[in-house]
Amino acid sequence: MYKILKKKTLAENIIMFEVKAPMVAKSAKPGQFVIVRIDEKGERVPLTICDFDKQLGTVTIVFQVVGASTIKMSKLNEGEFLLDFAGPLGNPSEFVNLNNEELRQKRFLFVAGGVGTAPVYPQVKYLREKGIDCDVVIGARNKELVILKDEIEKLGCRVYICTDDGSLGFKGRVTDFMKKLFDESNRYDDVVAIGPMIMMKFVCLLTKEYSIKTTVSLNSIMVDGTGMCGACRVTVGGQTKFTCTDGPEFDGHLVDFDEAINRQNMFKDEEVRRLHHSRECSCF
Amino acid sequence: MQRVPVRELNAMERIKNFDEVCLGYSVEEAIKEASRCLNCKNANCVKRCPVGIDIPKFIDNIKKGEFKEAADVIFRYNNLPAICGRVCPQEIQCEGGCVLKNKGQAVAIGKLERFIGDYVLENNLDVVERRPTNGKKVAVVGSGPAGLSCASTLANLGYQVTVFEALHEAGGVLVYGIPEFRLPKDKIVKREIENLIKLGVQIKTNVIVGRTVTINQLMDEMGYDAIFIGTGAGLPKFMGIKGENANGVFSANEFLTRVNLMRAFIDEYDTPLKIGKKVAVVGGGNVAMDAARTAVRLGAEVHIIYRRTEEEMPARLEEVHHAKEEGIIFDVLTNPVEILKDDKGWVKGMVLRKMELRDAVETGRRTPVEIEGSDYIEEFDTVIMAIGTVPNPIITYTTSEIKINNRKCIIVEEETGKTTMEGVYAGGDAVTGAATVILAMEAGKKAAYAIDKYCHIGER
Repeated sequence: MYKILKKKTLAENIIMFEVKAPMVAKSAKPGQFVIVRIDEKGERVPLTICDFDKQLGTVTIVFQVVGASTIKMSKLNEGEFLLDFAGPLGNPSEFVNLNNEELRQKRFLFVAGGVGTAPVYPQVKYLREKGIDCDVVIGARNKELVILKDEIEKLGCRVYICTDDGSLGFKGRVTDFMKKLFDESNRYDDVVAIGPMIMMKFVCLLTKEYSIKTTVSLNSIMVDGTGMCGACRVTVGGQTKFTCTDGPEFDGHLVDFDEAINRQNMFKDEEVRRLHHSRECSCF
Repeated sequence: MQRVPVRELNAMERIKNFDEVCLGYSVEEAIKEASRCLNCKNANCVKRCPVGIDIPKFIDNIKKGEFKEAADVIFRYNNLPAICGRVCPQEIQCEGGCVLKNKGQAVAIGKLERFIGDYVLENNLDVVERRPTNGKKVAVVGSGPAGLSCASTLANLGYQVTVFEALHEAGGVLVYGIPEFRLPKDKIVKREIENLIKLGVQIKTNVIVGRTVTINQLMDEMGYDAIFIGTGAGLPKFMGIKGENANGVFSANEFLTRVNLMRAFIDEYDTPLKIGKKVAVVGGGNVAMDAARTAVRLGAEVHIIYRRTEEEMPARLEEVHHAKEEGIIFDVLTNPVEILKDDKGWVKGMVLRKMELRDAVETGRRTPVEIEGSDYIEEFDTVIMAIGTVPNPIITYTTSEIKINNRKCIIVEEETGKTTMEGVYAGGDAVTGAATVILAMEAGKKAAYAIDKYCHIGER
């Protein structure tokens, strides 16, 4: 049993839990995820890690309320428990393997869409703690749905907001804004895009034009999360990969997004039972 | 005298539910069957049992109605008789060595073992004894057959054993892979595992060794004296044909995990499951039979697609027989070459190719050869790939000291299970590739004795 120490509503239907899970916290690195099960009848829900504190033994997760399991999860309160909390799973972000010297030579642009802002946070935090420059673009439908803006700003990087309705920051899609950034002669070596599949697809189409290496984090459907089921398979550069053990981060220019989007919708019509963990938006 | 037939659920009834198909022997039936045993002096059955159970002895006890005594005999060798009695391939092991086999039918050793296993559970018999601890700690990674057998043997020897399981439930393939109708989970698997807990074995779920903690951390920071790796062969293989990532193509592992571990066939459970009207299961092993028989119970028309003939099928005869009784259609000498999708990315059928068997000069085993121009299209809305599994690489990715071979199996010293890393042992499917429950249990047991030796180096 894993205790929920803190619960916070970040935006409508986007909830943050800080969970006591010392073993997971101790080993967690940016880019990794956990599998959560609420109760005996619950699904195994994969959720990316938003933050962790090795000293306190806590792990922070953020989820959007989209299906049966997340609705149930949203009803849990501080002091209550999650039945299962397994992780960290998946490979850490690639840049974790670079030394400071190598990192200092790079300029990162993070592109976060909706609840995908949550997994961007620990990556930016990791880089900022090493004094590496990062710019962050956060996209959301409107002002109310922008999450973690202050937290990311506090890390000391430039944060640009894009909203569909212009209620905050730039009015338009993240890709329109990125184009503006690139054309204003901003040099980036690495783009990291995390958000709805469709957003990542269009970000990759754009960065390909500009020949900028782009990493995406896929939120594929999973059951076990340890390589056992193959539900999360995705075609990367013509080869089948498992998101859980080979990813979750991949070279976005090699990912077959159309297939990935189809696969993500596999259980969509199973309304009540569908898998979620999605970072749905209607930006595209 | 003929073997006492075991009662089974009627095929047309059982395909409507997930109840156990084989009902096992009653007391009278068990005693009657036991009395067929000739009590051979130099018993072949014992030699062919991977864990060496004294079979004539426990059968003799059954004959006399001494069920508790029979249990004491079995538990000396095997702590999981209700499970093994159900899933061991007895026909090629103990029963394969029975002298009565030559005269007709072997003694139903498996069913008798199961009878005793169930008797122990039903009557809550205390057959396990907690031994005084020797103060040494061993970590067992994986709670499948290899891990459980290693853990129980070590606990018997007085070790403090902690089993780490990546999933939320202990049992490994016994829980996620083998279906309820062949091996009931709550009634059998959970209860036999509870007996190990009574023995003092600790089970920690949700710990992915290699991710949550590494092998090195278990040794250096958590103070384990030795480690046994029994992580199985859990990674599904795919054929690598066109269209294989279409929606509606599942690995048998995914399909079975959703149904068995996640109980997706019961409406109150949240995990979704999709099964079409017409399902193809590709493969001819036990897992293929399990997937096919599960799909039948979910209301589908099910075809087994296998590239050799029924004779070469690696599945147990009993499973093939059950599958046929349940109306599963066998399309043999057939191999998929492409999976066809509709415009939304869903499976709509397969291109199948007919095969023929030719004698292979070198191996002597008949190999399937494609018949040119024999391609045809058949409609399916679900395809389940049951063509094998390979060991999970999570531990070996993160522990470079443990060497693997080109089949991704952990390299060990055969007699002891000793890996290339000091104090670390391995066994079961992680070492052999996908095999049987009992072979994994044998490996777990062997490794336990080797670990015992290793932990006492310098003390004797």
